[in-house]
Amino acid sequence: MFDGFDALLLARFQFAFTVSFHFIFPAFTIGLASYLAVLEGLWLWTGKAVYLNLFRYWIKIFALSFAMGVVSGIVLSYQFGTNWAVFSDRAGPIIGPLMAYEVLTAFFLEAGFLGIMLFGMKRVGKGLHFAATLAVAVGTLLSSFWILSANSWMQTPTGHALNAAGQFVPLDWAQIIFNPSFPYRLVHTVLGAYLTTALVVGAVGAWHLLRDRANEGARVMFSMAMGMIVLAAPVQAVVGDFHGLNTLEHQPTKILALEGHFESHPDGAPLYLFGLPDEESATVRYPLAIPRLGSLILHHSLDAPVEGLTTVPREEWPPVAVVFWSFRIMVGLGLLMITLGAVALVARLRGRLYDWRNLHRFALVMGPAGFVAVIAGWVTTEVGRQPYTVYGLLRTAESVSPLDAPAVAASLVAFIVVYFTVFSIGAWYMLRLMAHPPVPAEPGLDEGAAPIRTAGITPAPALDPDRAIGSGTTGG
Amino acid sequence: MDLPTLWAFIIAFAVFAYVVLDGFDLGIGILFPALQRGGDRDQAMNSVAPVWDGNETWLVMGGGGLMAAFPLAYAIVLPALYTPIIAMLLALIFRGVAFEFRWRDAAHQKFWDISFAGGSILAAFAQGVALGALLQGITVEGRAYAGGWWEWVSLFSILTGISVVVGYALLGATWLVMKTEGTLQKKAFRLAELAGIGTVVCIVAVSAATPFLEEAYYQRWFAWPHVLFAAQVPLLVAIVAVALGFSLKRRYERLPFLFSLALFALSMIGLGISVFPDIVPGRVTIHEAAAPEASLIFMLIGASILIPVILAYTAYAYWIFRGKVGHAGYH
Repeated sequence: MFDGFDALLLARFQFAFTVSFHFIFPAFTIGLASYLAVLEGLWLWTGKAVYLNLFRYWIKIFALSFAMGVVSGIVLSYQFGTNWAVFSDRAGPIIGPLMAYEVLTAFFLEAGFLGIMLFGMKRVGKGLHFAATLAVAVGTLLSSFWILSANSWMQTPTGHALNAAGQFVPLDWAQIIFNPSFPYRLVHTVLGAYLTTALVVGAVGAWHLLRDRANEGARVMFSMAMGMIVLAAPVQAVVGDFHGLNTLEHQPTKILALEGHFESHPDGAPLYLFGLPDEESATVRYPLAIPRLGSLILHHSLDAPVEGLTTVPREEWPPVAVVFWSFRIMVGLGLLMITLGAVALVARLRGRLYDWRNLHRFALVMGPAGFVAVIAGWVTTEVGRQPYTVYGLLRTAESVSPLDAPAVAASLVAFIVVYFTVFSIGAWYMLRLMAHPPVPAEPGLDEGAAPIRTAGITPAPALDPDRAIGSGTTGG
Repeated sequence: MDLPTLWAFIIAFAVFAYVVLDGFDLGIGILFPALQRGGDRDQAMNSVAPVWDGNETWLVMGGGGLMAAFPLAYAIVLPALYTPIIAMLLALIFRGVAFEFRWRDAAHQKFWDISFAGGSILAAFAQGVALGALLQGITVEGRAYAGGWWEWVSLFSILTGISVVVGYALLGATWLVMKTEGTLQKKAFRLAELAGIGTVVCIVAVSAATPFLEEAYYQRWFAWPHVLFAAQVPLLVAIVAVALGFSLKRRYERLPFLFSLALFALSMIGLGISVFPDIVPGRVTIHEAAAPEASLIFMLIGASILIPVILAYTAYAYWIFRGKVGHAGYH
């Protein structure tokens, strides 16, 4: 299947595949954990049953998504070593401790309280249960903090030195953790996760409103989701602009590639809306461009000069077409999200939030937009970092493990088959749960006779004749 | 004790925590085919549903900690164990999602039961194979692994693979003895007896073979005066094995699990005697592989505060779900 590819290219495919697949789940669970905490908080504060119902509705979907995030995440913590051994050896003293802190502060916290959050409401009572939900939500944010710090250090490395063995060694941890691109990437990613969740919640709400606009749960979740989008989507655009300026300062080739600027523009660069970047001839073919707008965006000035990719050697270029397109997908979807937020705001002001069917259809179609935008954004930043793993310092080609190509090809095929099978089924189960309208007295995960637990798995104590005897046995 | 040695003990602790904690929930997966479909399997799975995720986090801690504290060892070992590690990761996916999927799809419950059992067995086997492959020695040149992707295959690594499956089954069976009642508990007692005998046989076989894999292992066990300390380990294994058998025969509910943990602890100590002070057995020492001091100190600050906190809230979560799992379950 992958004859003729070298181990390096296969290893890159494999990491891109597993990390993209994995990130779909955290992109959703980071936002959903916070949403669940808000729902439970509102329930405790107002006592309104609808919030508890929505909490129970979404926690079943959260449990599925979280499980898939965990198992696909474990893969990554080992793939650094299996496929990127030289990177691990050389960058391990910096990246390793950041990831260790992620495990110690976030993963254990999430995992430790997840069981109580999912199954423990009756055992610990409302207050402690809310604390457990908060712990899980905080855990997802701490996890973002550390892993984005590690990723950002690979983009904008600071605070290190090189030792005799060629390893990056830490000099100043504050500089390493709070490296130049980290604050922008952290805010941009977390907002992206919140938007992704809001779009899914909004689409589910819209789906049920289209069928029954009187459903109280659907109305509340739709209203909350649209509120989040109208606030977060425009803010995300501003944050994205700052993130871009930061990237221009520290990783100019990434920006030149995603803007399609092969050539230098000494008196004002255009903004290519669309076109076909051609690395061979170093031109954008069939460009649809707005003059000088590129300089306005990059330098906030109409006639600022922009030095093109042709001023740097070709072996320093990232794959131009990939980032050019992934960037446009992300920005295009972001603009649609802002539009959705604006339309929903108008509908709300006119009192038509729950009965404007075209708004509901729009929100429904936008349901998966967050996932696509988030993946497109990661493709932009990660492919844009090429040809380096640690930007400017360690090349991707030098980072790879000494593996035989057939080993990497075989495992790549296995990952593709398993991920598509298992996670498609998981996504199907999630969609099935979402297809159920939220109902009053929504059953929780810790309750016996949930409607989703049909024939064969209904708990039936009567099936076990020995129970009365067994329960009399004393402990050792 | 210097920093690298201290970190070697912290990583060893994480690995041990992983082995016994995920050991019993993987063990339940391994025993799944022997349990009756429906109610018994529901109960068995419910007995670990609230804690398996935390248990598996120790695996991430072991891997992440190794990369952080001993990046050279991480970079050499993982390519060497490429095939078993990838197999383990894929197997863990199948058994991990089964915890949720099994309850979401009554029509395909049988499929997810197989996925849970098969994933657990393969994951345990792959972990054992990885251990065996490391112990028998891997080819290293400079700062990198230099063998092929099938170097791990040997009779010894297959023996260690089977041993881990059997050992986890013992942990799973004794966990079920503690957490269930009635027919399921009776079944668990029988399975624990079988797995107990199997585990002791495996410990004897692996222990007998290990000192002859490398001259250094032999010296660490039998050279004077090491032997005085080392000989205590097999002695204690014998005592614990007898105690385990006795506790199962007398139908004690908690002791069998504790004695099983003790067997694993002793095996871990035995392993430590064989390989210390190497981190890649026979190839690279703890000090050669250690990250710079600045990395180790930075992590030590976090670890010394956070690991006790983690242990405290993990214990709390276990305490919340204490007692018999019962039939209603919490899924």
